[in-house]
Amino acid sequence: MLLISCPWCGARDETEFSCGGEAHIARPADPNALSDAEWADYLFMRKNTRGPYLERWVHTAGCRRWFNVARDTVTNEITAVYKMGAKPPRARAKASRRKR
Amino acid sequence: MADPFQWQSPLAHLGLAARSNREGDPGDAGVHLSERPARTQVNLRGDSADDAFNEAVTMVLGVGLPARPNTTAAGEGVTVLWLGPDEWLVVAAPDVDRLAALETALAGHGAAVTEVSESRAVIGLTGANAREVLMKGCALDLHPRAFRAGRCAQTLLARAGVILHQTGNEPAYDIYVARSFADYLWTWLEDAAGEYGVRVTGADT
Repeated sequence: MLLISCPWCGARDETEFSCGGEAHIARPADPNALSDAEWADYLFMRKNTRGPYLERWVHTAGCRRWFNVARDTVTNEITAVYKMGAKPPRARAKASRRKR
Repeated sequence: MADPFQWQSPLAHLGLAARSNREGDPGDAGVHLSERPARTQVNLRGDSADDAFNEAVTMVLGVGLPARPNTTAAGEGVTVLWLGPDEWLVVAAPDVDRLAALETALAGHGAAVTEVSESRAVIGLTGANAREVLMKGCALDLHPRAFRAGRCAQTLLARAGVILHQTGNEPAYDIYVARSFADYLWTWLEDAAGEYGVRVTGADT
């Protein structure tokens, strides 16, 4: 069981949250210009990192807000929680890129 | 807004009023349960950083919106519960008619005023052991240093989504639950409270 710190509500049980998968995937500006393969890549393909990973969570049973979580997929350790639209903590992002 | 004469309790089939009369007052019951009378509930959404929006709300309600997460603000006959950074639940007795003015007052502020009175039942939970009952089905830290009167939280109670509002330090709680879950939650609460002794109290307390 994870204890996740919602940026608004504070530490709550994992059961109150839903995971939205990998964070910081930008929607293509012009989807019509993409090939099917590129569109499928945007829709379905995820990094599935082993190690530090940036992902989106939503506090479903609480304030129903989305936010980002930096979580290590091996140890389950949550190293950072930051709001939507915020830049990922730099050290985490670098570590995340290196491991991919 | 809500027409109280049309309101139908989702717990009507449990005969709570009759039970509260019949059971009298066993003074040693550790938990008192009641269904709170119908109240107007309005879901309010808007930009809390917008001063004009805040002013308009305060003008109508007589109380400012709570800005801190999971807190409430009480005005005269009106209570406002924080639900999100841009979302609140305004609760009042059905005869408080100034909520109807909210929609007109907020026109042009990009706000949404939605009447949700009948979407939730409100269960009152008081008594010396009320906190222990909640602890059986809720992962929140309910210790007085973390959760006290005037605080609210949306969480899971016995796996049902609820809005928990602590109304007093006795302790006393109001539990807002979707009406389709009301029967389930009531029977769960009564079962969980069984070991402390349960008393069903009248709807008007």
